[in-house]
Amino acid sequence: MSNTDFVLAVEDLTVSFDGFKAIDALTLYVDKNELRVIIGPNGAGKTTLLDLVCGKTRASAGSIKFKNVEMSRLPEYQIVRSGIGRKFQTPSIYENLSVFQNLEVSFPRGRGVFGALAFKRDAGVRDAVESVAVEIGLADQLETEAGLLSHGQKQWLEIGMLLMQDPELLMLDEPIAGMSVRERELTAELLQRICKGRSMIVIEHDMDFVKQIAHKVTVMHQGKILAEGSMEQVQADPRVIDVYLGH
Amino acid sequence: MNGIKQWLDRSGMGSVLLLAVVLAVVFPLAFDLFRLNLVGKYLSYAFVALGLVMLWGYGGVLSLGQGVFFGLGGYGMAMFLKLEASDPVTTKIQSTPGIPDFMDWNQITALPLWWEPFRHFPWALLAILVLPTLLAFVIGFAMFKRRVGGVYFAIITQAVALILTVLIIGQQGYTGGVNGMTDLKTLLGWDTRTNSAKYILYFLTVVLLLGAIVLCTWIQKSKLGTLLLAMRDKEDRVRFSGYDVAMFRVFAFCLAALLSAIGGALFTLQVGFMSPSLVGIVPSIEMVIFAAVGGRMSLVGAVYGALLVNFGKTYFSESFPDLWLFLMAAMFLGVVLAFPEGLAGLYANRLKPWWAARRGRRSQGPQTAAAWRAS
Repeated sequence: MSNTDFVLAVEDLTVSFDGFKAIDALTLYVDKNELRVIIGPNGAGKTTLLDLVCGKTRASAGSIKFKNVEMSRLPEYQIVRSGIGRKFQTPSIYENLSVFQNLEVSFPRGRGVFGALAFKRDAGVRDAVESVAVEIGLADQLETEAGLLSHGQKQWLEIGMLLMQDPELLMLDEPIAGMSVRERELTAELLQRICKGRSMIVIEHDMDFVKQIAHKVTVMHQGKILAEGSMEQVQADPRVIDVYLGH
Repeated sequence: MNGIKQWLDRSGMGSVLLLAVVLAVVFPLAFDLFRLNLVGKYLSYAFVALGLVMLWGYGGVLSLGQGVFFGLGGYGMAMFLKLEASDPVTTKIQSTPGIPDFMDWNQITALPLWWEPFRHFPWALLAILVLPTLLAFVIGFAMFKRRVGGVYFAIITQAVALILTVLIIGQQGYTGGVNGMTDLKTLLGWDTRTNSAKYILYFLTVVLLLGAIVLCTWIQKSKLGTLLLAMRDKEDRVRFSGYDVAMFRVFAFCLAALLSAIGGALFTLQVGFMSPSLVGIVPSIEMVIFAAVGGRMSLVGAVYGALLVNFGKTYFSESFPDLWLFLMAAMFLGVVLAFPEGLAGLYANRLKPWWAARRGRRSQGPQTAAAWRAS
């Protein structure tokens, strides 16, 4: 497989579960500083694709290159350390820890066993936590137990935990699911701010939201890519209207 | 004075200090030497309970085979003491003088090679600390890297406990078999059966136990402690934050094994023998009960749990020889059903709020309560 200038190059990726091909010979490239949105009907393989990139699921065939380094055989923690962050669909935060601790645990230092034993909360950590907390709008809730946050705030906290790692590729699975209208607006602004200097892949169903944030849209259907291009191109594509957007 | 009180509250060291007073002052004054020696034996189990707090309470991984590590530590110490007790002069009536008596009974005529390091105290000590930790590392690495956890891990640790028991009993000539290693007399020429030795060993156990609690508290308060809790509740989130979850579990398992081994060695020193009945499945499960009764999230609670269950065991078995197992089971079920977080949970969730409310009422209103606290 040749090297490319893309941040993420997925080529001929296939994964089958008991013969069912959830992802079928899929090829996808994501550029530097690009915010890509993936849409598609349920069961199209969107979440599976993210699972494959971050190592949660192993590919049956094909390659996943991040900055020209093959990722598909690495253990999950090394994929993360290479610079790929993943947010799960339901907010996945540490409910019993404070917002501050949630962010602190995600700070990329002291990741080994003995590194974690020796880890000290110094000014660098505190500054990083505080600046991320401002970014995600939780600056005055640092001492709050994370389980007490609203659903939207939990989603933001998890995005904040990923920002602590300063990943070059950030993957978000339905970040606005279950959010109020106001929270959706704030999230759109947040994503537009944080996509500067990094690439992002976002899975989303809300078309208005997609329109607001997407640089480029990929439509998936039955494990394959159905269409790819700007929002206008994709919306005008008859095949996309047929399987997903509806008439 | 206020500063010290605040520090105690904040660091959680108040309860450790209270435990230190109970163990080092109250018990020696209240009990005769026979009972104190029993307490010392219970405290050697408390090391295992501490390890289970770290592994099970914090790490979320239940091991039903901690007796293995307790046994390895205990046998390591017993092998050294047995060799010291088997000098050629004392054993001159054997057909091969200078080897442990059980070897002689089993027609073994020379000390096996793997026994040789246990002639020297530093090597024996090293073996007591390193071998159980190493075994835990191998089992933990093999299991946790393959994401084996929960019930499956518990069953495998039980199997290990069973295997070790069968091995010890089967290899009678090398291990003393079902009788274990008995007639242990001196440690580096120091008679461990005298009254003064029993006092010294008791206090050694107390000091080491308190040291272990301080060490575990420090680990709990470090980022590693936070991570253990985090991966217990949200394993994938920790993994996808760039941590190798398996290695953290391996660490917790090794720590628990090391603590158990120290407990085992102290058990042998105080009780004067080691046998397979302390290694197998039943004692391993009993050790889990100590932690469960005390509260699996509380280090100090685990020590009280070990003491209470063992006191109960001694008392019930002395007073109701036919019923004691049922009474023990009733105590365990009662505690776990009524207070799932054990004695420590009972204190933190019921007693402390009740006491605070009582104190608040007595001093009539928050104003005086604040004044009381400021004084």
